[in-house]
Amino acid sequence: MMRGWISPAVVLGAIVIGSSNGPLRADEVADALATIKAVGPGGTGQAAAGHAWRIAAAAGPARITDVLAALDDAGPLAANWLRAAVEAIGEKAAASGDKSAAPELEKFVLAANHSPRARRLAYDWLVRFDPAAEARLMAGFLNDPSTELRRDAVERVLNAAEKAATPEEKKSLYEQAFAASRDVDQINAASNALEKLGTKVDLPTHFGFITRWKLIGPFDNSGGKGFSVAYPPEVKVDLAGKYAGKADKEVVWIEHTTAEKYGEVDLNKALGKNKGAAAYAVAEFRAAAETPVEIRIGSISAIKVWLNGQLLDSREVYHSGVEIDQYVSRTKLKAGVNEILVKVCENEQTETWAQDWKFQLRVCDATGTAVLSQDRMASK
Amino acid sequence: MNCESTRRTSGRLLVFTVVSTLFFAAHSASAADWSQFRGADNKSRAAESKLPPDEFTLETDDVPKVERKNVAWKVELPARGVSGPIVVGDRVFVTGASGPKQDRLHVICYSAADGGTLWHRQFWATGRTICHPTSSVAANTPASDGKRVFAFFSSNDLVALDLDGNLLWYRGLTLENPSAANDVGMASSPLVAAGNVVVQVESKGESFAAALDAATGETRWQVPRTSQMNWTSPTVFSADPAKPIVLLQSPDKFTAHDAKTGEVLWSYDEKCGEISSSTTEGDLIFLPSSGLTALRSPIGSGNWEKVWQENQLGPGNSSPIVKDGRVYVVNRAGALTCGDAKTGKVLWRQRLKGPYWATPLAIGDRLFFVNADGVMQSVKTSAEAGEVVAESKFGEAVLGSPAYADGGLYVRGEKHLFKIAQP
Repeated sequence: MMRGWISPAVVLGAIVIGSSNGPLRADEVADALATIKAVGPGGTGQAAAGHAWRIAAAAGPARITDVLAALDDAGPLAANWLRAAVEAIGEKAAASGDKSAAPELEKFVLAANHSPRARRLAYDWLVRFDPAAEARLMAGFLNDPSTELRRDAVERVLNAAEKAATPEEKKSLYEQAFAASRDVDQINAASNALEKLGTKVDLPTHFGFITRWKLIGPFDNSGGKGFSVAYPPEVKVDLAGKYAGKADKEVVWIEHTTAEKYGEVDLNKALGKNKGAAAYAVAEFRAAAETPVEIRIGSISAIKVWLNGQLLDSREVYHSGVEIDQYVSRTKLKAGVNEILVKVCENEQTETWAQDWKFQLRVCDATGTAVLSQDRMASK
Repeated sequence: MNCESTRRTSGRLLVFTVVSTLFFAAHSASAADWSQFRGADNKSRAAESKLPPDEFTLETDDVPKVERKNVAWKVELPARGVSGPIVVGDRVFVTGASGPKQDRLHVICYSAADGGTLWHRQFWATGRTICHPTSSVAANTPASDGKRVFAFFSSNDLVALDLDGNLLWYRGLTLENPSAANDVGMASSPLVAAGNVVVQVESKGESFAAALDAATGETRWQVPRTSQMNWTSPTVFSADPAKPIVLLQSPDKFTAHDAKTGEVLWSYDEKCGEISSSTTEGDLIFLPSSGLTALRSPIGSGNWEKVWQENQLGPGNSSPIVKDGRVYVVNRAGALTCGDAKTGKVLWRQRLKGPYWATPLAIGDRLFFVNADGVMQSVKTSAEAGEVVAESKFGEAVLGSPAYADGGLYVRGEKHLFKIAQP
């Protein structure tokens, strides 16, 4: 096996870059990183980034945390360029047995002000250079802003719970894991175990799913045309309003509370089975102060969502899959009462697998930690 | 960037570029490479220089090491995927996806000689990663032009790296087309043709085919496609090698495009398969449509004519193979059917052990099939009715199409990458 083998061309190229005019200066690396961060969708800035990437990748272990730090405010494309540069630096250092970056990497990992992804990447290389770091650091990641670091820490607690000798010890560990878990599979693993131990968990609240809605519909969406029609609720939410819906049938707002564990609102049940239809759902959300949040939606059919009258997302896709957190919008709640409005359209497909008309919506922070309305009641 | 810094940086880059160019010169594209889905020409067949072994035996808990046979190497993969491997020179490239949401994308380069990891790059998916558990975000087989590797994922992330793992360009096509996704997962493999990387992105959201400059990643052409789910891959049609044509197969039509410009040269507006892709031979195209349909498009004709259509030659998930005047298809149940490529007349059938997702490989007088359970069957096609000459087991699921180079079969399983070759 040739694990860690690096091509002579890369080594030679890196040597040439590193020695032709002396070591790379901090400003050269900084310039390169700035160039990489300028890449955008549509291939914008890629040619320059390609050249800059070679400089960043040759920056050496002493500057690996400079490259990692550039991830803090990088866009999604630039982040991948920077990640690849970190990996190139790391691979070269590992191949030569140079572990000198480990102390700075550990400081970087422990500095929670850096981006979660950058810290996780730093951690991966830290453990490569210093395997003992895992045992030293992992327990401290249980409530980490990096969901990837947190995931590993939760996994350790779940494993410990499984091996625990007494029901009390198991319960305590599963409760710890449940409180810290943010990924759906781990949330389910912990909650299922707790249910078996006789402990009831409130999944909708843990996720931050909105369960109390006011609904109105159906409006006409024959031929999919209703998706772009601004029916009255879309112009102004008036909960006393009465409107001509699909086939001129009068529609009014109705109260609806979902008890589904993932906050699903089944519109076929709430409004009656409809095809070629559109419906609106509105919820009030009370925030103590201006709060940055993510509004995360799952919908099997076309959907739009507004916060306080501002369109956040619009997806005109029917029966092409659904999952928790399918669409994510980053926004800010204002202090006081916020209005979340959702429009869900159903098309006229006749296949048995194309009959669902439902959605789910949750409010959380960037780690997936629920942000709850001040007037939220616990789920029954 | 200040002037001094620019001058120093330019100097470093000039030297690096020279070194890289010299290295690239040793890696020119070769017909012996298995450089993309179904090989360099999308025909799923290899030159007959060196046959791989008909059978192999892996070392397992029940099989001692001493009985290991014809397994050059086996390496554990760090990420799951259903894409096939490709082979360029002395290197094997594999893609994968990991994490609870499969949003960590992997491109790994192995030494063809001993399976050692040469480099490993990871990326964060910029598009949607929802997919059926059977599939993977790494469902699309990568492609190479002999100098670069193009890794495409269900999330519509398209990464270009040189053979040493240096990042050349990166496109996140979902950032430009936010609804281009489906719940099964996208699986169309990229195609290298006329200096472009062609991708076919078809779903119930935004749907299109695009050709990106292989060197820069810039979009050379883009054509809209019907919004519908489709998993077929673009195929190169090189009846006239000077003017390669890209064939795009969708459930509602089959279109031929100038590989350089994207111009539509002709369209066959009939229902076509949405999984199994077309293959070509000379000026004939074998299209999964109403079973299998053979179209002729003579050089310069700008049109097509139907030669034959045969319901009994309908392929399942695997794509058809044409070799030595015969066409071979395997259906979902695992029935291999051989037909006359000129007439479509069915010549023989042979029951194999399906189900298949991988497209088989044709080498010499052998067809190598690997089913979803990881059972490989070697079929002798020179026999009157096709003869299964050997059967071997990988011991894990295999969904990606195998690759061949220099006497070795490269098979990507659920957990491992295997090289099957004579000692």
